[in-house]
Order: sequence, then C-alpha cells, then structure tokens
Amino acid sequence: MTISIDPQKTNNESLQPKGWLRYFSFSLDHKVIGIQYLVCGFLFYLIGGTLASAIRIELASPMSDFMPRDVYNQVLTLHGTIMIFLWIVPVVNGAFGNYLIPFYVGARDMAFPRLNAVAFWLIPPSGLMLVASYFVEGAAQAGWTAYPPLSITTPQSGQIIWILSVLLLGGSSIFGGINFIATIIKLRRPGLKLMQLPMYCWAMLGTSLLVVLSTPVLAGTLILLSFDIIANTGFFNPVLGGNVVVYQHLFWFYSHPAVYIMVLPAFGLVSEILPVHARKPLFGYTTMVFSIMGIVVLGLVVWAHHMFTSGTPPWMRLFFTIATAFIAVPTGIKFFNWVATLWGGKISINSAMLFSCGFIINFVFGGITGVALAQVPFDIHVHDTYFVVAHFHYIVYGGTVFIIFSSIYHWFPKVTGKMLNEKLGILHFIITFIGFNLCFAPQHWLGLNGMPRRVAEYDPQFQFVNQISSLGALLMAISTIPFLINVFLSVRNGKNAGDNPWNALTPEWLTSSPPPVENWEGEAPLVEEPYGYGKEISEQK
Amino acid sequence: MLNKNFYLILIISLVFAISFWIGFNVNLLPAEASINAPIYDELFKILFIIGLIIFIGMTIAVIYSLFKFRKRNDQIGDGIALEGNLSLEIVWTIIPSIIVLLIGLYSYNIYDRMGGMKELNHNHEMMSSNTEKIWAGISQTSDNEIAINNLSIEVSAMQFAFLFNYPKGNFISGELHVPVDQKVSMKMESKDVIHAFWVPEFRIKQDIIPGQPTILNFTPTKVGKYPIICAELCGPYHGGMRASIIVEEESDYNEWFNKNKKSEVNL
Repeated sequence: MTISIDPQKTNNESLQPKGWLRYFSFSLDHKVIGIQYLVCGFLFYLIGGTLASAIRIELASPMSDFMPRDVYNQVLTLHGTIMIFLWIVPVVNGAFGNYLIPFYVGARDMAFPRLNAVAFWLIPPSGLMLVASYFVEGAAQAGWTAYPPLSITTPQSGQIIWILSVLLLGGSSIFGGINFIATIIKLRRPGLKLMQLPMYCWAMLGTSLLVVLSTPVLAGTLILLSFDIIANTGFFNPVLGGNVVVYQHLFWFYSHPAVYIMVLPAFGLVSEILPVHARKPLFGYTTMVFSIMGIVVLGLVVWAHHMFTSGTPPWMRLFFTIATAFIAVPTGIKFFNWVATLWGGKISINSAMLFSCGFIINFVFGGITGVALAQVPFDIHVHDTYFVVAHFHYIVYGGTVFIIFSSIYHWFPKVTGKMLNEKLGILHFIITFIGFNLCFAPQHWLGLNGMPRRVAEYDPQFQFVNQISSLGALLMAISTIPFLINVFLSVRNGKNAGDNPWNALTPEWLTSSPPPVENWEGEAPLVEEPYGYGKEISEQK
Repeated sequence: MLNKNFYLILIISLVFAISFWIGFNVNLLPAEASINAPIYDELFKILFIIGLIIFIGMTIAVIYSLFKFRKRNDQIGDGIALEGNLSLEIVWTIIPSIIVLLIGLYSYNIYDRMGGMKELNHNHEMMSSNTEKIWAGISQTSDNEIAINNLSIEVSAMQFAFLFNYPKGNFISGELHVPVDQKVSMKMESKDVIHAFWVPEFRIKQDIIPGQPTILNFTPTKVGKYPIICAELCGPYHGGMRASIIVEEESDYNEWFNKNKKSEVNL
C-alpha cells in the first residue's frame, strides 16, 4: 500500500481542530503558533514576575528573613532564566515573528510549518521541567549565567535540569531562526523587493542571523558544562586543570548577542507601530536597515564587556570598550529616526503609542548607562552591582517588555477582531511606567554606593532606597491586573474592530480581522510602500 | 522663523545648563578614599553630564512631539509624507560617532591614569613569582608621588571569607590593615569558586579566580574603615561575604603589624 501525500490535504482545515481547541493542538497555522507562543510566554511572565516579587519582598529588609538563602539563589536564577528564555525571546521572536512575518512577505505560512510547530512545542515541556526542578533537589542556584565552578559545586540535579531546559529552548530558538531566514528570503511574493519589506522583517532577519550564529555556541558550552557536572571532566573545573574564564567567553559569545535577540525585534515592532499611530512614513528607512545590520555585526564582537573585572588582560578590556561604545551609534540613529517619525505627524495618543513612547524614554536611559558601562574604568566600580541590574532592566523591561505591551494593544484587533479598552490600557501604561521607574531608577544609586547584585542581605543604610524599589515592584505587579481584566473583557465584549481599525498600510491589515486560515482569500496584495502615509492625500490634491 | 530658532536655542541652552548644574551638584558616589577614586569620579561626572543632556533632550523631544503633533478631534487624514532627510541622518550619525570616540579616548586616558595599562606584575621580594603568569587585574602607575613604599599582600578567598596573608610578617589576618598613602599590591587567588574583591570607596574591583592569580594594586588616601565586598555570586552566603579594610596612619599600622608578626623560625 502506498501512502500518497496530497499537499492540499495535509494542510487541510478539516484535519485541524477548530475554535479555541486549536490553540492546544499541534497546529501548523503560523497565526495559531504565534498566539501559542504569546500566551505561553505570558504565563511564564506571570511565574517570573511572582519570583521577582519574592526577590523584592526579601530585599525590603536588610536581613535575609523571607526565604532561606539557597532558595533565594534559586529564585533569582529561575527569575532570570524564565524571563529571558521563556518570556522575552519566545514572545518578541516566536509570537510576533510567526504571526506577522508571513503577512509581511505575502506568504500563506512560514517556510517550514512543521518545524515551526516543533519549535513551539519544545517550550512548554522545557519550561515546566525548569520550574519543576525546584521540587527535585532544589532548582539551579548559580544565577542565569551558571558560572563554573559554582555551577559545578551546587546541587547537581537542579543544574542539570537547568542545562537540559536551556538546551531545548536554545534548540527551539534555532529552529525558529532558520524558519524566519528561509521565509523572509525565499517566500516573498513575486514582485516584492527586500527594500520594500516592513522594518520588522529586517529586524527579524538580523535577529535570526544572530540566533543561528551564536546559539549553537551556548549549546556546546552547556554540554561541556554538563560533562563537567555528571562525568567529572575538567573543561571548566580548575581542580582538574580546567579554565573558568573560557566558560565566560563562550557563554557571553551567545549571551551578549542574546541582548540583541531580545531588543532588535522590539526595534522592528516599534517601527511598525509608530508610523501607523503618528500617520507618517517611517523616517529614514534605508538608514534603519543599515543600522540593524550594523548592530548585528557589532553585537557579535562585544561580548567581553561582561568580563571587565574577570580574567581579561588590559588590551582586551580596551578593545571591547571601543567596540561596545560604537554600538551606541547605530542604536542612536534608530532612536533619532523614531522621534523624527513622530515629528509633524497626527499622533493618536492611545495605549500602543504611549507604551512605544515609554519604550523610547526608558531605552534611551538604559542606553546611556550602557555606554557608561562600556567604559572599562567606569565598569570596574559598578560591575556586578545593582547599577548593572538597573541598566539591563531598563533595556529588557523598559525597552522590550514595553514594546510587547504596545504590540498587544496594536495587534489585538487583528487577532481577535475586537478592540481593547483604551481607558484600561492607559491606566495600565501609567501604573507600569511609574512602577517601573520607581523600581529600577533608585537601583543605580544602590549600585554606585556599594550594593552588589544577587544578595539576600545588605547594609542597613540601603534599606530606605530598597523599599522604594520594592514599592515600584508592587506597582508593576498591580499593573498586570487592569491588563488582564482588559484582555478578558475585550475578547468577549470588546468593541468590534472591523478589518483595519487603525487604517494601517502594512499588509497584515489588508485582509479580514481575524484573518482566514491561509491569510488571504485571493492573491496576497503587493505592498510596495508599507509606510506611505500622507501620500494619497497629497496626490488627491 | 526667527522666533522658532530662538526658542530652540533657548531650550537647548536650558537643557545644557540643567545638565551641568545637576552634574556638578548632585553627588551619587560614596566617599573617595584611594588615588583611583578622584580619577573615577572625574570620568563619572563627564559621562553623567553627557548622559543627562542626551536623556533630557530626547525626553523633551518625545513629550513635545506627543503634545504638539497630537491629533485634534476635528482632524482627519495623515501627517506630512516625510520619508527621511539624508543630511539630518548624516548629522546624527557623525555627531554620536564623534562623541563616542571622544568618550572612548577619554576613558582610555582615565584607565591609563588608574594604572590599568601598566604591565601586570606583583612586587614580591619573598617569592619567585616573577615568572608566574598573571592573568588580569589593575596595576598602578609607579610614578605617583604619594606612593612611597610597597606593601605586598596575598589574598585568598573561599566560601565565604577573605584571608589576607602578610608574607613579611608571616601571619594571616581576616581584616586587611594598610597604611595610608602607601602603594599596596595584592595577589589574589580563590580556593573554590569565583569571588570578587570590591571596595566601593576605592572604586576598584577584581575577580578572584580559582586557578588564575589576579593582581590588584591601589593606594589608599584616607584613614578609615571601609567594607570589602564580594561582588561575584559565590553561594548561599554570598551576601554575607564581607571583610573590612582598615586604613591607618603608618605608626598605627606598624604597631598592629608588629603585634601580629610571627618570627621567621615558625615558618
């Protein structure tokens, strides 16, 4: 008996569950997979946020009195790992990438739909495994960086489960990256040129290159580390002649680009959102593309700035100072261009716009402390202190997470056909913005004045400022309440959005909302000017 | 048109004035207690002022745009179809490049003045460690006037304590005593996991690594007791891994040293 595979049938709608059940299936539809990524990521965000709250409760008093010290280290390790590998990376890449990229290139799905589904379904088990490791022998407690020899000497089962989980998540990320590159390069509809693609495609192309180039290095490193733990090898174990600094080089060779894997897609998303709500073309398309690629190239040669106080000789410290500082140039271009995009527009001040502008302000602040941290002499004092904690939360929370929320307000009508409530959205923004800045701005001072990171106890003189920070964290926790209420109410009873509530010109809005299974009823439209705002009017005149 | 430019110049000068005022009047740093500290604080002040100018400027630009170009209720249609401006984009590529380059050169100068670019070697008369490979650390310029003598100390770190070995006196102390205004040279190595030696008042930090000795040289300038903080996650009691550095007058230091000194015979 021969098995014939009918291409029409394998992708047939009738084989896939319908309604909400399809979100629990091995669906091959890129839109379903995108939502799976988003909701799964958001659930892990709630877990990671709970862990963050536990950290801030512990730090509300100078003594280690809320939880045992080793549990505190497990909590901070899980918080970092979950927020990076299970929330930000899957959501800005997997969720929005899967949902939007096929629309943007004019395709009916991603290049490899099955690989796509596999990439998503690796995430829930590895995430659950990571969380469950707490109940085995305690979770990993060497920080999300897992520096040996600490990671070799702490309880083994937690560390091994952590490694397995990160390996699976890294694999998922690589599958996704390959898929995005193939889709953007090969699945563009005929007639669509690369330089006509919406900016998010360029951001995802750059990000996916970084994923494919650097994630395998992390995977290799973690496999060697697991040999050190379970097979007593000595790659990174100084007792057996291993070199601990080599691990740091290999780890940061991935984990610095990981920062760009988290922020470049956000740069792409904000480039989609601002022109729509400002009713103006994206300012400087070509320079935006070149600055993304500049960040990709520079992002690969700056990793040792995480090791300025480690085992690095002076010349190396200096080289990485200059390389790192220069990333500020292409990044700065993008921020100036976004402000220029707002300039002279007709700006609708709504939740999506407010979160995007909050992103610009927060990220500029985090970028400035980033340039300062790039300077070796500056970094030597504040390295591994709360100053660094504050800096990277300004980048990944004040930057990327703000854009995730902005994107949810922007694309919610696309996905559900319903509008989110604007009043609740603006309330969400105000509480988040105040809470975030209250939480993290004071931490710069803490770091400068002598509070190291990853501690459960600290000098009593820092108590007041830590309590302000904890109050900010409380506000951030509260801010998710109006958001969740908003989403649940709007999915059921939201105002009908119509197909294109924002009058946007990018291709995903040129079909019905929510879109049909293969995106378009007929041919995919050819969108040569995704940012052509203001042109029709001037032509009419 | 003249009016517009006038306001623009007024706002820019206000931003500069506010940034400089904050930069010179708001002190975010702890006390200065080593010759590195004033050099560090000079760099900090410059970076702080430049950062403030950029941050305040960008924030004003965003908020002003939101306010000025907000869509009024009666308005329909789009904003101007402005797709870019090459000369403007060249300007905001070149100016940040120059600023970044200048900051880089300046911080090289600062690092050099801190002694960061000096060859790393540990002045150890007692040991034949000259041939030993030193992996990293901060040296110190030898030509500084204040540092007249050299005190060599060996630091070993372990979970969760620092131990300071004074080879000349043949004793080990849990507290680091050093005389004021003298150059101190430390060779550090860890016995288990990675630790770090940080004295915020001295603005210096260096990891203490198992299997790879590192160097940290400094000259304290102010008598007092300062915390030594471990800055690298080293286990459950990481937050409690602290010691004290006691900077004292030379006579006090000598008294302490002689009290603890053991005769060579006991070696």
